[in-house]
Amino acid sequence: MSGIENAVQDAAKKLLAENKVDVVIGFAQGSQPLRSTPAFIRKPEEAEKLTWNCTCENNLANYLRKKEQKIGVVVKGCDSRSILALMKENQINRDNLYIIGVPCSGMIDRKQVADLCEGKEIIAAECTDDALVLKGHDFEKTVNIVDVLHRSCAACTHKNPVIYDEMVAEAVTEQKEDFADIEAFEAKSTAERRAYLSQELSKCIRCYACRNACPMCYCEQCFVDCSTPEWVGKSASDIQDNMLFQAVRVFHGAGRCTDCGACERACPMGIDLRILTRKLVKDAKELFDAEAGVKMEDKPALSTFESDDPQPFLVKE
Amino acid sequence: MIITKQDIPNFLDSLKNNYQVFAPVKQDNYTMFKAITSGSDAILDYSNSKIPPKGILFPQTEELFSYKVDKQGAHLEEKIDSEQKVIFGIRPCDAKSIALLDNVFNNDKYEDPYYLTRRENTVLVGIGCNQPQSTCFCTSVEGGPFDTTNLDLLLVDIGDKYVVEVLTDKGKKVLTSAACSDASEADKQAAAKTKESATVVSKVNLDGLKQKLDSNFYDEIWDSISEKCIGCAACTYSCPTCHCFDIVDEAKDCDGCRVRNWDSCMFPEFTIHGSGHNPRPSGKERFRNRVMHKFKYFIDVNNATACVGCGRCIQNCPVNLDIREVLADIQGSEARSVS
Repeated sequence: MSGIENAVQDAAKKLLAENKVDVVIGFAQGSQPLRSTPAFIRKPEEAEKLTWNCTCENNLANYLRKKEQKIGVVVKGCDSRSILALMKENQINRDNLYIIGVPCSGMIDRKQVADLCEGKEIIAAECTDDALVLKGHDFEKTVNIVDVLHRSCAACTHKNPVIYDEMVAEAVTEQKEDFADIEAFEAKSTAERRAYLSQELSKCIRCYACRNACPMCYCEQCFVDCSTPEWVGKSASDIQDNMLFQAVRVFHGAGRCTDCGACERACPMGIDLRILTRKLVKDAKELFDAEAGVKMEDKPALSTFESDDPQPFLVKE
Repeated sequence: MIITKQDIPNFLDSLKNNYQVFAPVKQDNYTMFKAITSGSDAILDYSNSKIPPKGILFPQTEELFSYKVDKQGAHLEEKIDSEQKVIFGIRPCDAKSIALLDNVFNNDKYEDPYYLTRRENTVLVGIGCNQPQSTCFCTSVEGGPFDTTNLDLLLVDIGDKYVVEVLTDKGKKVLTSAACSDASEADKQAAAKTKESATVVSKVNLDGLKQKLDSNFYDEIWDSISEKCIGCAACTYSCPTCHCFDIVDEAKDCDGCRVRNWDSCMFPEFTIHGSGHNPRPSGKERFRNRVMHKFKYFIDVNNATACVGCGRCIQNCPVNLDIREVLADIQGSEARSVS
């Protein structure tokens, strides 16, 4: 892992020293155990602050829209897909972007780690290539990273960046798409699905961290914020309105969502948002053969129409 | 006085006869304050709740009144919640935050009957923090793990029982429902020892911060400090002192209700003018407002820092934007006078 970290630092340092970019956006060591934090590096000598490990969980494509400066960015597979999707939507000028690609073995899910520690506070953590060494006030524990990967990472089919200017390490092995989780949810009755989603969305506090962490959520005014007309109630205590918020958010991401999991990782309340986002990823794939942010030449699913498009959501076929 | 941990469920159950009882309960892998149906629902070994209990007094969504218009005219029905409440297990930082909120809802310009009625009818039973978290910095903001500000009772955990400090008459009254015994000299000593050994490791330096903020509104530091903020409200909604709200009418035809919702200065629509002018058009101005409100404006108006050091904003931020680092950066910046 430190090999990748050094390579990222070297790449950033070179870009800044040669004035090829104004800023490199990557990750730095966070203020808490198991946390990294987005970092904006502007001087070559600051490049050594850049880090790479299994806690680099944010999707940095979120910081790239409509920027005038020349930016170098450190990307995982999912970040790169979001970049490609945003390029198609004219949100990113590729000419101003230098992409430092990192083949990614997955990021950890802090909630799963917390569960393994039975909620006890982790006061120190060390990430090795494949394990986490966790220390608390009265415990020490070693956990295999593969056992606590975020679900998006565990199911990821594009670990290697799909677009890059340089790749800092050897590609990692990809795996096949597996929608078993969504199929299991689809197999439930409507009442069961509604009950599950109601229970999950009863936890929502409407902080909109999910929306704001998503690189693809960039409407100038989000429909939930609009008050004339008020498309959706503002009360967090109304589960129906919380569901409506998520339904619209998720449908707006249909064929655009790369299943990076940033929304779910950002949620402070631990809501299972991915059951919705991934359902739409599956639908886009199965109904329209659309996969977001994989090939530049693919037309965005929401921008194309064929007379023989399946429409099971409109009329019974 | 002494109450054993074993007796707590019964104590809470008996309180339920006269009060609506809120206590820390488990939700997923975190803790929330909720109205309990059974005393045994309360968990006692938690560090701090995910969302502060301020919402019990100042709900995230609160119907202020409902209205109805018919042929006879308009009818208003005010919704004042005057139910007697106990918040059991509140941490000293959160209790202190309520003292700060009192300034907002009860001052020489305005008295908020919705908040104040709840406030008057609520008893705060605190549990001190034997083991503050690594993100706690209460001692830097005039608090402490056993601070009694605003509490009616303080429970000090000495193992299988609590030493109870009676701080007000309200506290004394609720304690009559508990199976208490007198604290022995050994119990008192154990409580004193517990208090001594609780250490708050994390610190922020507030010395001179207010003076810096008085003059650095236009400082370039705000550009870099806010750069990674994604503009969600995970910090403000999990903050025990944030209190901004927005009032909306939720109506269907002529019937509806006026609702007060928490608002967040992190949102683009926060205080946007009817003209469309936005006084805080980007994340930079919004983040600056959050810091200024807590560490300057609130001091200007109420002579108190609007932060109790609970650490929730640090824990919940999706991008690990840490208020302790923000304050340190400001402290390190050269204040620049407005030209």
